[in-house]
Amino acid sequence: MTTRYTEDHEWITVDGDIATVGITAYAAGQLGDVVFVELPEVGKSLSKGDEFAVVESVKAASEVYAPVDGEITAINDALEGEPAKVNEDATGEGWFVKIKLADASQLDGLMDEAAYTAHTA
Amino acid sequence: MTETLHKTPLHALHVELGGKMVPFADYDMPVQYPLGIMGEHRHCRDKVGLFDVSHMGQARYVGDEAALEALLTCDLTEISAGEQKYTLLPNERGGIRDDLMVSRPDGNGIYLVVNAATKDADFAHIEAATAGKGTLTRIPERALLALQGPAAKDVMARLCPEACKMVFMQCGVFTLDGVEVMMSRSGYTGEDGFEISIPAAEADRIARLLLAQDEVEAIGLGARDSLRLEAGLCLYGHDMDENRTAVEASLIWALAKTRRERGDFPGADVIAKQIEEKTCQKRVGLTLSGAPAREGAEIADKSGNIIGVVTSGGFGPTVNGPVAMGYVDRDFMQPGTEVDILVRGKARAATITKLPFVPANFYRG
Repeated sequence: MTTRYTEDHEWITVDGDIATVGITAYAAGQLGDVVFVELPEVGKSLSKGDEFAVVESVKAASEVYAPVDGEITAINDALEGEPAKVNEDATGEGWFVKIKLADASQLDGLMDEAAYTAHTA
Repeated sequence: MTETLHKTPLHALHVELGGKMVPFADYDMPVQYPLGIMGEHRHCRDKVGLFDVSHMGQARYVGDEAALEALLTCDLTEISAGEQKYTLLPNERGGIRDDLMVSRPDGNGIYLVVNAATKDADFAHIEAATAGKGTLTRIPERALLALQGPAAKDVMARLCPEACKMVFMQCGVFTLDGVEVMMSRSGYTGEDGFEISIPAAEADRIARLLLAQDEVEAIGLGARDSLRLEAGLCLYGHDMDENRTAVEASLIWALAKTRRERGDFPGADVIAKQIEEKTCQKRVGLTLSGAPAREGAEIADKSGNIIGVVTSGGFGPTVNGPVAMGYVDRDFMQPGTEVDILVRGKARAATITKLPFVPANFYRG
């Protein structure tokens, strides 16, 4: 499995042609306590850069963007009752959606962990 | 960019404490500290928080008080020594130039505290209108701290026991660790607490002394906003402005009875007409579940007709859910009325809710 990162602080981990997407621990830390996550419908098609979710902290709403093209195959329903999972386990139980990749080569344009760490330094 | 922003006397302390600094009303202010907005909010409701509100405008007015009173909606003759009142500075249309506190902490005229974003305009307006009758003196050399929360009295009992004799909306001059301060028993959180006006040169030392008390945590502007929202208190420029009157803002209680009878404040005719006609929109509280509704979100009736707008909203940590304030058509103002709020185009069920969302915890003796 490969994990890649966007400049907007989404992470994407790919297993076969299915990618799991969320926001990074760094982003969650910057937002503060997450109180609500608005997720898209399963089946929705996304193009890279589309706003597909909104994260609400106490203070503000922040958009989350699709790191790649694809179709939503699953959403993390658990966030509805426990949005704090985004803060507690951003890259684990705090995942947002699963996407069926339309073009795996798009991953090559994203940052690896070392590059992302440098990006947030 | 920060070079162009003003700094309060506590700026270095905020940075040292790990405050996340943001521009607010031309000041570089801490929106939160490492504890975070949620933690800071809860700490203030459970124990006590220290807020730097030095960006607000402090001034002293000495002279013909009728000239000052003519600009306000209170009755200054009803404010005795040691008392404070919340009042409004209306415009000729009945709109609200600002909301402010006026008090008599000592024998030296009226002490005013106005909002940061409006202070220059307020003071210029008061100076122009009272020219030749009274003197308004700005007090930029004083910092302003707010100590808020149920344990504020315990802290004050150790450091300045005399101040604990005050009840809500009383004020006076006290000695706090050797420094002469003006203090009032008031705040902007719905909790018991004290607002402390202190010479800038002593502010850092006194702030550290307060923060050294076990119960006290530093609180940023983020939690200040969620605390005041739960307390049902207006944020100037959002929940009230030049285009909303005291009647619309549900602030008729801030109009002194004598002044209403005399009808001698700016916009009094507009206000009297609105009270008589009972047709204008009203500021109300709203609760909903799920997504917080933010400022600017439209409020609709159950048939989809737009009937109002949210003027401030977010997540209420003590309510443990989204809360908002907004203006709605009068038919929908009664608590319990079901409406929708359009959040990113999606109608979310909301209920008109009596303010405050969290019961006030003022000390009334």
